[in-house]
Amino acid sequence: MRIPSTLPASAGVGFKPQHFAAITAARQPLGFFEVHAENYMGAGGPPHAQLSFLRESYALSIHGVGLSIGSPEPLDRDHLARLKQLCERYQPESFSEHLAWSSHGGIFFNDLLPLPYTEASLASIIAHVDEVQTALGRRMLLENPATYLRFAQSTIPEPAFLAAIARATGCGLLLDVNNVFVSARNHGADARAYLAEFPLDLVGEIHLAGHFETVDDAGAPLCIDAHGSPVIDDVLALYDEVIARSGPLPTLIEWDNDVPDWDTLRAQALVAQGRLDRAHNPGRARSAA
Amino acid sequence: MEEGKFVMPPDLQSEFAEALRDPGLPLPSGVIAHNSRLPQKRFAVYRNNVMVGLIGALEARYPATKRIVGEEFFAAAARLFATAHPPRSSLMMTYGDQFPDFLGAFKPAAAVPYLADVARLEAARTRAYHAADAKPLTPAELAGFGPDALAGLRFILHPSIEIVVSTFPIVTIWAMNADEIELAPLADWRGEDALVARPALDVEVRRLPAGAATFLQSLAGGKPLGAAANAALASSPDFDLAINLASLFSTGFAIEATQEPLEDLQP
Repeated sequence: MRIPSTLPASAGVGFKPQHFAAITAARQPLGFFEVHAENYMGAGGPPHAQLSFLRESYALSIHGVGLSIGSPEPLDRDHLARLKQLCERYQPESFSEHLAWSSHGGIFFNDLLPLPYTEASLASIIAHVDEVQTALGRRMLLENPATYLRFAQSTIPEPAFLAAIARATGCGLLLDVNNVFVSARNHGADARAYLAEFPLDLVGEIHLAGHFETVDDAGAPLCIDAHGSPVIDDVLALYDEVIARSGPLPTLIEWDNDVPDWDTLRAQALVAQGRLDRAHNPGRARSAA
Repeated sequence: MEEGKFVMPPDLQSEFAEALRDPGLPLPSGVIAHNSRLPQKRFAVYRNNVMVGLIGALEARYPATKRIVGEEFFAAAARLFATAHPPRSSLMMTYGDQFPDFLGAFKPAAAVPYLADVARLEAARTRAYHAADAKPLTPAELAGFGPDALAGLRFILHPSIEIVVSTFPIVTIWAMNADEIELAPLADWRGEDALVARPALDVEVRRLPAGAATFLQSLAGGKPLGAAANAALASSPDFDLAINLASLFSTGFAIEATQEPLEDLQP
């Protein structure tokens, strides 16, 4: 029986060690904390001491960045073993990873790299997600990427690709609304059209984050998914539309670079919580994703 | 890129990966943008993200080293290292373990001969930070052996402990560039041996007294106390057993003591 993701349908933030003292000084008005799995793969020390302490009081989401599920190569067995150990130790309410690749030919690129969406890549990813869920004994959430390029080889639109993976494997989806905005802008596409096709019934968590804008080869806007700034109003507007359709969902504020002080980060989470409170719709109660 | 041509995914990924690492290679097959057939700048975002991320990881791991040579020099050295030695594991906390060796052989850094050893000290700090937790030996546990047994005791040291020996004053130099002590001219330019440890939650860096490095390395190698002390005295006549013994227990660096030879304890 696979453990489903059971994060509370409220706002959470990414835990950063520099906020530990502030967070633990008082009970925080947050539903959960999220951490990057790879930062907790050491043997001991402050990372585990802090995470163990937080775990006692808050729900936990473990978010991986290095599993390279989108690669046609076999999954890294050592990495999978470390993830299994981490999940067994902390029993998180959710484990998630990315629709992206990060390793090739023995080299780890430490970035989330894009892939073509074809029947072949779909089959490969379904096999990988099956392997991960079996190894971890839990259902995972798969996150939509922010992309700067597309592939001529792609035959399947991204929302349909993600839906097909979820339906074949029973995994859930992690809807990063900022990534939807960033990718749409980068591909001259419509974020709302993307979201209209997105299977919201399969979403177990939402990410909100900031980005910055530069220009591409043709002088057109190019958004970079930097996670280093507040969530912009356009992204919050998309978020409002998503949760109006889906009902409240666990929502993470993802701020990984130029991390602000605790008060600022918490305030951003409370903005999201305010939107969730307004979107509460008893007629469409969500079961645990 | 011909329409409808079937490209095997592994080849496409290889092309993408190789182009990420080599700016001289053309764009990988099939990569497109809605407004450009040759989206060089978009691909460069990925290439740049990868490199900036690796340089950032090295900066985070080697802040004092970076302070010594300055941001520009460090970034240039880091870029060369990251190009020649990309990560081979997704465990990024271990990335850059070889950076001190690289700096030691890096000709432009020859004017800063202590740089590699300071980097070694910093590398040990991150390893100590993530090392396994272990409870220190208590004075009561030690007293249980009796004073006559002391010379024959073997010790297991805290898993976080590393020793960095150097012919340069690396502890002082590190401390000055890590804002631990004030930056000032070094009156006494002599070699310093560093002990890096994390007996509880905080990483500690200590300058070891004469012979202490040999003493601790001997203990770590399984020698009983008496033999370790003799080795230390042989390496340095100024070795003070009383002070070093007191330090061993007050600092929490010893986690276990046994009268048995350590190899007999193997399961």
